[in-house]
Amino acid sequence: MAENVTPRVRVPRDATAGESVSVRTLISHPMESGQRRGSDGNVIPRSIINRFTCEFNGALVVDVEIHPGVSTNPYFQFDAVVNETGTFQFTWYDDDGSVYTDTADITVA
Amino acid sequence: MTQTRRQFVGSGLAVLAAFAGLPHLANAATLDEAIQAFTAGADMGSDGITLIAPEIAENGNTVPIEVTAPGAAAIMILAAGNPQADVCTFNYGPAAGSQLASTRIRLAGEQEVVAIARMPDGSFKQARQNVRVTIGGCGG
Amino acid sequence: MTRKALLGGTSAAILAVLAAGVGLADIRTGGELVINGEIAIVTETEPPEHLAGVFDTIYSGWVFRTDETRAMQADDFDNPGMLYVEQGIEAFNTAMGTEGNSCASCHENPESLAGVRATYPQWDEEHGEVQTVEMQILECQTERMGVAEPYGYDSQEMRNMVALIASVGRGQTVNVAMDGPASEAWELGREIYYTQYGQMELSCAQCHENNYGNLIRADHLSQGQVNGFPTYRLKNANIVSIHNRFRGCIRDTRGEPYAVGSPEFVALELYVASRGNGLTVEGPAVRN
Repeated sequence: MAENVTPRVRVPRDATAGESVSVRTLISHPMESGQRRGSDGNVIPRSIINRFTCEFNGALVVDVEIHPGVSTNPYFQFDAVVNETGTFQFTWYDDDGSVYTDTADITVA
Repeated sequence: MTQTRRQFVGSGLAVLAAFAGLPHLANAATLDEAIQAFTAGADMGSDGITLIAPEIAENGNTVPIEVTAPGAAAIMILAAGNPQADVCTFNYGPAAGSQLASTRIRLAGEQEVVAIARMPDGSFKQARQNVRVTIGGCGG
Repeated sequence: MTRKALLGGTSAAILAVLAAGVGLADIRTGGELVINGEIAIVTETEPPEHLAGVFDTIYSGWVFRTDETRAMQADDFDNPGMLYVEQGIEAFNTAMGTEGNSCASCHENPESLAGVRATYPQWDEEHGEVQTVEMQILECQTERMGVAEPYGYDSQEMRNMVALIASVGRGQTVNVAMDGPASEAWELGREIYYTQYGQMELSCAQCHENNYGNLIRADHLSQGQVNGFPTYRLKNANIVSIHNRFRGCIRDTRGEPYAVGSPEFVALELYVASRGNGLTVEGPAVRN
């Protein structure tokens, strides 16, 4: 089980209707690949974030399928179009069944 | 997850073992298998997709990659020389502002990074770039 | 202790390899680092007086890195080292020990410690020794907070806390005192810096003074400045302490390193920090 898993997100505070805004996300996670051996010689079991999703007011922005080739502390950047004031919902899915979430509000004029 | 040198060398050996095709890693998707699963063997164009990757990465642990493919339904990123070639796939929804996929990936040595976009009409586009991975002088 | 001639035995072969590198011409000087668009970092400047004649210019390790690595440090969101700073903030505000105090009980907020990183290691009158930031934290834990199990010198918790203290001091000019009561430790550090260690018979100076900018394998040697520590190393995917880096360097000479937190490494840290007087605090920097 990964410890100290902390999500961080960054979106602009405000935007104009129909604008495409940049969204950045980072989550602290070791992303243990399942390819490494520990000091005892045994393979360290895979333990990664395997999926990440972002929705805006219930509409899907992006759904990312993730494999062990993504670096430690997974970072994703993408664009979202915002037509109204609302909330981004971010969700990370861990191999161990844990689900981490975060939200960010944006005001659209 | 601080690695000692010994552990680091060990992880490198694991990667070498993967190159040698040892059986315990046989379930990892090769480049061809991963592409086949995504495209079902369709032909791929090369216009309308841009892959930005460093020519030289200072460390294979964290290599920034950016792909844009206007209008794509999904973008898959692959590392041809990794034990498991498929790295991640961005699937875009109606609230996507553009078809941008930017992330940081692991590269087990110098190899080709491949990006493939699936368009809504079922066609595919791909871009490839070779990335050299620096072998550092010192541990620490 | 005698300083051996720089070119002798094994090290001649090593330096021949080093000299085959590209050289300083390949280092892209003149770049500007402004973190978050507001914290100006001095990445190259005149050397401190005691290095006159040694360097024309002192360079932050940032100068030796690629565009991608440089960019990662320019924005706190892109800098994975800030994840550990955030964990440090949480610990800062959490009560520990029998006294029921958190760091915040005395220091209010991390920003109140903004001047610390730039002036450490420094002489501690009460204890009669030069102290690193880590030693100061341990002193707080054991002498004021009643913490039964203080942080290990190179533990994740310690590195998080030191990274927090560095982060609030970013942009401040490094200015460690090397005179007065600190001079003894500084002299010891200087001696260690120029001593050849290990089967490879390499001193700090042979790589970081005589060959910075040259390639060691496929990597550019830096001047070995410590103003960016604790630094997020892409290799480790974690923040790394100064003493951990020292230990790695000596180990790579195939020598027997001093222990982290040892008086020798504290002295070396003081001396190396003084070689960066005039640069600015960058921790957590991003390096390869």
